[in-house]
Amino acid sequence: MWKTFVAWFHRMGSPKWFYEISGRWIPWFAAAAVLLIAVGTVWGLAFAPADYQQGNSFRIIYIHVPAAILAQSIFFLMAIAGGIGLIWKMKVADMVAKSCAPFGATMTFIALFTGAIWGKPTWGAWWVWDARLTSMLILLFLYFGVIALQSAFDSKQSAARASAILSLVGIVNIPIIKYSVEWWNTLHQPATFKLTEKPAMPAEMWMPLLVMVVGFYCLFAVILMLRTRNEILEREKRTHWVQGLLSKES
Amino acid sequence: MYFDSFSEFLNMGGHGLYVWMAYGLSAVLLIINVVQPVMHKRQLIKEQMRKLRREQKTS
Repeated sequence: MWKTFVAWFHRMGSPKWFYEISGRWIPWFAAAAVLLIAVGTVWGLAFAPADYQQGNSFRIIYIHVPAAILAQSIFFLMAIAGGIGLIWKMKVADMVAKSCAPFGATMTFIALFTGAIWGKPTWGAWWVWDARLTSMLILLFLYFGVIALQSAFDSKQSAARASAILSLVGIVNIPIIKYSVEWWNTLHQPATFKLTEKPAMPAEMWMPLLVMVVGFYCLFAVILMLRTRNEILEREKRTHWVQGLLSKES
Repeated sequence: MYFDSFSEFLNMGGHGLYVWMAYGLSAVLLIINVVQPVMHKRQLIKEQMRKLRREQKTS
């Protein structure tokens, strides 16, 4: 068991192997993402019942919650990949960490933006300086910081090291976001999905949400692989296998 | 279908503007995030091919 894991870990470290395997995975994840997001959107917008208090504005949940979940998971993955790159000097891990940042920032922005739109009819305000909202804004700035660091160095290694350290430090913000609705008095409602309890909403409401969350994860997988493959092409362009690949493309 | 008519669906019980704004902007941002790496790959390949051809000419 351990041996196969170590072998897998080593192969993951090979850009060529990653390029080939991700090329085979992308169509499947892309198909799943399109299907799940299409089903979830139609289901959530047209078929789920309206909320008895919030009416139809509650339908914003079907993008707001998946985006917020992804924003945090992506940051976590980015920090882990960055840490692996720091410790084991694994090039693919550095490239994965770098490829996480733009989509993670987009997800955070979508969560904040749709939250603001949802807040207006529900709370009567676009924005409040509440613990959940503020910690999400900090997450957005952390993503911007990582993106800025990635392009601030001439050497790819220094860029990877600096942004890995920022993401590892920034990871303290993730539990703060998660528990902000419990630790502080807040306008924001508590989590929809909990591991230990059944959702408080009926199944017709949370099922499309679950479909959307899985769809967003698939979409992230596609974008992460596309971006990492570009990084590989760029950094390995002098190698034999990339040159061979290019001569096949033309 | 939860709504009785298409216009009711668009209106979202008076919250149409909010709901459609949230979905519209998110859709645009998601599409940009997919298109960007695809375009970048094309550009990378084009650049690299040009370089390879130049090298073949000089050698």
